[in-house]
Amino acid sequence: MTDTLNVAGLTVHYQTREGALQALREVALNVPAGQIVGIVGESGCGKSTLINALLQLMPENARIAAGSIRLQAEELVRAPPRRLRDLRGRDIAVVFQDPMTSLNPVLTIGRQMLDVQYRDRRPRAAKLALAAAMLGRVGLPDPVAKLGAYPHELSGGQRQRVAIAMAVMMRPKLLIADEPTTALDATLEVQIIELLRELQQEIGCAILFISHHLGVIAELCDRVVVMYAGEAVEEGPVHDVFLSPGHPYTARLIECDPGRMKTRVAQLPAIPGNLPDLTDPPPGCIFRARCDSATERCASHPGHVALAPGHWAACHFAAKDRA
Amino acid sequence: MSDSILKLRDVVVEFPALHGLKALLARPRQRRIRAIDGISLEVRRGETLAIVGESGSGKTTLARAINGLLPLAGGEIWFDRQPLHRQPDWRAVRRQMAMMFQDPVGSLSPRKTVRDLVLEPFAIHRQPVGEARQTAIRLLESAGLGADFLHRYPHQLSGGQARRVGVARALALNPALVLADEPTAGLDVSVQGEILNLLNRIKAEHGLTTVIITHNLNILRHVADRIAVMYLGRIVEIGPVEQIMETPRHPYTAALMSANPEPDPTSRRDRIILSGETPALTARPSGCEFHPRCPVARPDCAARIPVLETGATRAVSCHYPTYEDA
Amino acid sequence: MSQFRHSLAGRLLADPFAVLALLIIAGLVLIAAFADVVSPHDHAAMNLADRFAPPSATYWLGTDNLGRDTFSRLAQGSRIALYVALTAVSISGLIGLVLGMIAGFGPRWLDNALLFFFDTLRAYPTIILALALAALMPRGLGTVIVVVVITSFSEYGRVVRTQTLSLKNAEFILAERAMGASFLRIVFHHVLPNVLGPFFILAAMNLPVVITIEAGMSFLGIGVPPGTPSWGATLKDGFDYIRSTPWIILAGGLPLILVTLGFTFLGEALRDQLDPKLRKSR
Repeated sequence: MTDTLNVAGLTVHYQTREGALQALREVALNVPAGQIVGIVGESGCGKSTLINALLQLMPENARIAAGSIRLQAEELVRAPPRRLRDLRGRDIAVVFQDPMTSLNPVLTIGRQMLDVQYRDRRPRAAKLALAAAMLGRVGLPDPVAKLGAYPHELSGGQRQRVAIAMAVMMRPKLLIADEPTTALDATLEVQIIELLRELQQEIGCAILFISHHLGVIAELCDRVVVMYAGEAVEEGPVHDVFLSPGHPYTARLIECDPGRMKTRVAQLPAIPGNLPDLTDPPPGCIFRARCDSATERCASHPGHVALAPGHWAACHFAAKDRA
Repeated sequence: MSDSILKLRDVVVEFPALHGLKALLARPRQRRIRAIDGISLEVRRGETLAIVGESGSGKTTLARAINGLLPLAGGEIWFDRQPLHRQPDWRAVRRQMAMMFQDPVGSLSPRKTVRDLVLEPFAIHRQPVGEARQTAIRLLESAGLGADFLHRYPHQLSGGQARRVGVARALALNPALVLADEPTAGLDVSVQGEILNLLNRIKAEHGLTTVIITHNLNILRHVADRIAVMYLGRIVEIGPVEQIMETPRHPYTAALMSANPEPDPTSRRDRIILSGETPALTARPSGCEFHPRCPVARPDCAARIPVLETGATRAVSCHYPTYEDA
Repeated sequence: MSQFRHSLAGRLLADPFAVLALLIIAGLVLIAAFADVVSPHDHAAMNLADRFAPPSATYWLGTDNLGRDTFSRLAQGSRIALYVALTAVSISGLIGLVLGMIAGFGPRWLDNALLFFFDTLRAYPTIILALALAALMPRGLGTVIVVVVITSFSEYGRVVRTQTLSLKNAEFILAERAMGASFLRIVFHHVLPNVLGPFFILAAMNLPVVITIEAGMSFLGIGVPPGTPSWGATLKDGFDYIRSTPWIILAGGLPLILVTLGFTFLGEALRDQLDPKLRKSR
């Protein structure tokens, strides 16, 4: 079965006053059909740029310098705008982080859900019925009444559910979830994760789940891609990546997560140093300056080092000392 | 009981719910909402108390009420034996009680340099600064920043760096108590550790008492001595950190502690998933306010309001808490 | 504050429109300062033989109905324009600043009252107000300034009020209070510097409007006393004698156009520089 999403060699530059900011460099990742792939990374890793590139909705000063993005083998880079509009909302859907700003505040929920179905030539009543059914499916009480409500009348958690309903209503092939639970409380977060899991089973779509919360990724995703400073540094099944990470950054990230430590520690680990300047990225391994296992060899770029089928890491020493 | 530096008794904070004409026409009870509904607690000198809760629980409101940024509608607050509920000299109080805010960059005045920001407390309280530049450098270094930050502006700082400036500023005059509102908010996991280590180190060096407001349950074990769990403006459970996290007695605490995904794909916890959402403050449930969502609620929970023992080290406000001491 | 100005100046100079604006404004200021030196003729000297002359080597922009050199008159007029502009903007700015901050910080009823006051004044058409005031007061530059102040300060008041209200609840202001800062300290050290940004942008955009109001009043005959070489007076003469020569009115409009463009570009450049910096956060 073809993968739902294949990204290869994606390189995105932003034109800034200080020169070209290389926000993404040769990023490659795959989302197999029907699987949930997580992207984990901290601020500055390029997650937002990646999503904008996938949707082909980048700001004016951004350009795709190289690479390809294929949705079920159809190339999206430089695809005609009409085709892209066709795909967005129907084959590729997005749930954003902030439920306050992702819904239009001056339109009712029902109206917005009708808008999403604009391509269908069905009668309005049928579309409203689908909308109400979806709202009920995502757990909103009294869905028909909610169709006439405005976003500000709902709570943050309810708004996020509406956003999810709108995204999955057209049964997309790929659902992109950009930190959908970051702005929500912990008890709400687990409800939303449960919901996403159920919906994915029902619809069979692939999900690209972006988060900086390692615990959520470990729980929800089948595979994970670790990003650092504009590069994908590791990719593999969640089980393998978390239990035997190949890249030093992944290992340090997991180490730093305070949720992992069950007993009190005197000194919490952290990763010292700062992100490299992306207008002038250092040659070789991007993590070199902050890595405590770096050697001269790291002055050359590691490329993808295979660790197991479907698991690679961009580190010269990734394959060492593995069971 | 050892020395309590901060004591709260039945503190109530209200907000106007309606304005203008509507307020005049409405019943008195409807005009105000109780964001903090009768909180009592004691913080011992030198301890770190974490106040935990979700949005709408009132934890930030509580911190601001303690610092006098919000007026009290009822109750008493004693800070180092000074009554804060009776129009104290706030300037003198705030010399001893420092506060750190949630938005690291937003809590720094945008047109001031880092140097001016860390020296601000000296200017406000007319304290001698000594050699200004040296003092500023000393403060920055104790927060882990170098002298090259002196002339930067807040918008040129990263979240972690801005957070450190906030710490340096808060500690400038050696306060006795620090209120930290979400000290790890907006920080990447790789940077959180550094800030928490900093707070711990300063606590050890200066014997600082800290009250940390947070919804980040992961850090509790590493910084807190005791935890107070808030729900809808009340404390539902309070106790030593290990006990609260391992053997929570209140159903809400139990749900909260279980709602924390671990970065370990092999662990599958029994997760307690609560139904519904936190009710709005204008629609407080009757009896025990948690009963509509409580997985172990019984019929009388809707009728009687449970009480929290004040002053005890460990207390829970529930009619049927789990882990009853045998 | 000085550090801020330094970096702001650097960035302004990188913007070509801002440079153009600054050149125009510099030109205006220089001409106003050295009007007597720059003028080829005495602005009041009448050469009836040469009246209505088109532009030439002797009379760079031609002459008016009394044979006076238009360029020299306009150069003198730049002094008046600058004087009116700076005085009026300073006074109305100050009044607006104070009232705006009172509205922002004060109790709700005071805010509502001041807002009502601002909006009422702004609703008045400027010309009507000018005519009414001119009827009550002696003709002269003083009257012009009074009219301008009364019609402009509400604008500043509104802008300052909006800024103050949004800053009042900003987290850094709360942090200052939490540190024990007095109200006055907060106002002068933390609110005022952040209010001044939009304030100066408004002032820059407002200057040409002020100059145009003066020109308009003079054009209607209720501004400067007759004989004063203000730009508005030149426009009026040009209008009256348009059948004899178009050059007076064309030349008269020129400085107004240049000044309006110059200050508008400056205001926009300032706004572009101020906004992204304030919004930028890592």
